[in-house]
Amino acid sequence: MANLKELASRKELLTGGHRMCPGCGAPIIVRQILLASKDPVVVVAATGCLEVSTTIFPYTAWNVPYLHNAFENAGATLSGVEAAYSAFKKKGKISQHVNFIAFGGDGGTYDIGLQSLSGALERGHDLLYVCYNNEAYMNTGVQRSGATPKGANTTTEPAGKVRQGKVEWRKDLTEIVAAHGIPYVAQSIAGNWADLTKKAEKAFSIRGPKFMNVLQPCRLGWGYKPEDTLNIARLAVESCVWPLYEVENGVYKVNSKPKAKKPAADFLKTQERFRHLFKPGNEQLLIEIQTEVDRRWEALVAKEPAVRTGA
Amino acid sequence: MNGKPGWRELAEGDVVPAGTAEQFETGDWRTERPTWHPERCIQCLLCWISCPDSAIVVKDQKMTGFNYHHCKGCGICAKECPVKPEKAITMGPER
Amino acid sequence: MAKVVARTGNEAMAEAMRQINPDVVAAYPITPATEIVMIFAKYVADGLVDTNYVAVESEHSAMSACVGAAAAGARVMTGTSSQGLALMYEILPIAAALRLPIVLSDVNRALSGPINIHCDHSDTMAARDFGWLQIFSENSQEAYDGLIQAVRIAEDPRVHLPAMVTTDGFIISHCLDKIELLEDSEVKEFIGPERKAPNSLLNLEKPVSIGLLDLQDYYFEHRLPVAEAMRGAKKVILEVADEFAKKFGRKYGLCEAYKLEDAEHVVVALGSTCGTAKVVVDELRSKGVRAGLLKIRVFRPFPGEEIAAALAKAKTVAVLDRSDSWSAQGGQVFTEVRSVMFDLPVKPKIINFIYGLGGREIDQGQIRQVYDCLQKVEKQPLVQYLGVRE
Repeated sequence: MANLKELASRKELLTGGHRMCPGCGAPIIVRQILLASKDPVVVVAATGCLEVSTTIFPYTAWNVPYLHNAFENAGATLSGVEAAYSAFKKKGKISQHVNFIAFGGDGGTYDIGLQSLSGALERGHDLLYVCYNNEAYMNTGVQRSGATPKGANTTTEPAGKVRQGKVEWRKDLTEIVAAHGIPYVAQSIAGNWADLTKKAEKAFSIRGPKFMNVLQPCRLGWGYKPEDTLNIARLAVESCVWPLYEVENGVYKVNSKPKAKKPAADFLKTQERFRHLFKPGNEQLLIEIQTEVDRRWEALVAKEPAVRTGA
Repeated sequence: MNGKPGWRELAEGDVVPAGTAEQFETGDWRTERPTWHPERCIQCLLCWISCPDSAIVVKDQKMTGFNYHHCKGCGICAKECPVKPEKAITMGPER
Repeated sequence: MAKVVARTGNEAMAEAMRQINPDVVAAYPITPATEIVMIFAKYVADGLVDTNYVAVESEHSAMSACVGAAAAGARVMTGTSSQGLALMYEILPIAAALRLPIVLSDVNRALSGPINIHCDHSDTMAARDFGWLQIFSENSQEAYDGLIQAVRIAEDPRVHLPAMVTTDGFIISHCLDKIELLEDSEVKEFIGPERKAPNSLLNLEKPVSIGLLDLQDYYFEHRLPVAEAMRGAKKVILEVADEFAKKFGRKYGLCEAYKLEDAEHVVVALGSTCGTAKVVVDELRSKGVRAGLLKIRVFRPFPGEEIAAALAKAKTVAVLDRSDSWSAQGGQVFTEVRSVMFDLPVKPKIINFIYGLGGREIDQGQIRQVYDCLQKVEKQPLVQYLGVRE
């Protein structure tokens, strides 16, 4: 695995001068994943914060070939790019290996783009799909998505007098993707460069479809100070709200098992979107959330192959 | 609108060469300004890998300062700086 | 040597695709276009083409993958119908704005609802403002020739726009017809060995960003060139048709004038209906009626001047629309034809018939009825529905 000095000697593939919010986690994820590639990269982005903010004509922050098509079709669009590459390779028009990467937000991945993603995975294209998951439609002003966690305040499922933000549990997209039986699936975060770049390197070393679901705190939609982006993501891991794990050829590996698991509330209370949960009367909701975090964590750990103990 | 290219002058399609955002200034968004204290810096590069704006200038694998043309002053670099008790990057108000 | 064979429209189009041998085909099955991709998939399975065939999970993904592949510099084709084309609608104008010469076979079928599988032109007509060239076919031969020509036209540097070539669902797509095939080598030579793209995602030496966000300051300047390229495409279509005629003997234009020189009563139509109309024109001519037909082959770019010139001497004109825009001013073809005739010094009387929706049969009797109406045109409403039960 490349250390920071090695990574720092590589070319910066996402320039500054993009229009993402100060402290946004998405460009951090993108920079780290691009830096992890030793081979040339071609990128397709789904419509979303990342796409609009990095490519306002005539300015593009991408130092790699880049295509935006629409919102729900990054998987299919990148399938087409990769299909053209395969056709050209067969004809001897190109020989160099290329890493094909799609970046989509949770809206473009969990919701409107799920079919396109699923198709691309099922067809076996050699590509990496990265979901920069900020758990709502941030680009259009913090509307709920299938990735929004229960209890979060969003503009389309706000906290009010009789409802406490999102009523439903978020869908587990990483597991849905893993059910496709593709060679590599991982969860990571903005805030652990070693975990993220290691997983990206591993993804690039595997042929076939790969998927990474990367939790990306959003200072605007989650409500916190911009400098806290990375440590809030780490809190999500330390509280087991967002476990770091990978599924390689069907084999689960949990990458980080906190010795002392922090309460989910430690993560929740750092953000405005959960503030109403700490008002008197919502104690039961906090318990429900903690119970669900525990249930999902235990279910995940149970998927790991049994470790042989000595003797 | 004046001074911008007419339709005949634009390249066909909706295409630009890579990396043109380099020329776009976002430094004027800053309300907080990072300062680097080289004497305290341990060259761990955590500020560099954590910057959302590719605004930590690294030369020969070493942190050398900020690109204030792009830095939006988010403060992640200062927050992530592991040096104790005093950090090698501190934030102060933008002048 | 030209080979004369019997082929359905779908078989003819699949055959043209085999000979074109595109780099990438991304397609999804839908009646009545399914056969095109089925036949083509067999060519892939038998190693008769070099194409990378992407069997996508929807038409939306088909067109999305086509855009990705074309942006990577590939020669790209697809095929669909009706709801499938409708599912592509979101991506069609993106393909045009990015100037990607994707070629699509559209087997015309009525848009739902109610759901229907048979021919009308509503699917193509609803796509008329998306920046795609639209070439209609009267029969399998025209579909075959049109598809081969479309590759050349779309990829011409003066055009660089996507193109759809249409056939009438079932009427052409599923009916055997005698057609003349070109040799594989002739097709290869005619279209050229590969597409030359000005930009490609796979040009790693010259990385570009494609598909940026345009705001108020650039969108307009990026859309106008699409209109300019579309207007300029008329010349290219005619040049390609001329070369095709010189090499292979079959002549095509933007429109086809059938017995128009001295015609008093003219029907304007698209697609397979023109074949039926020609029979009626001949029959009426034998009875002394100066009937004529104007077939519009290319609907986008719209051959407005050519239509106006062709109709200038007519006394009466009836436009047959196989789709409706659901308001009193008539079908899409009618409103556009009537508009270009506004500036004629002597305007023929022009009326509209909307017919054949959802595959409702159009026969010689109905077309005769249209010419009868033209002979007593003063009593006719502006728009009427032909063949519908009251």
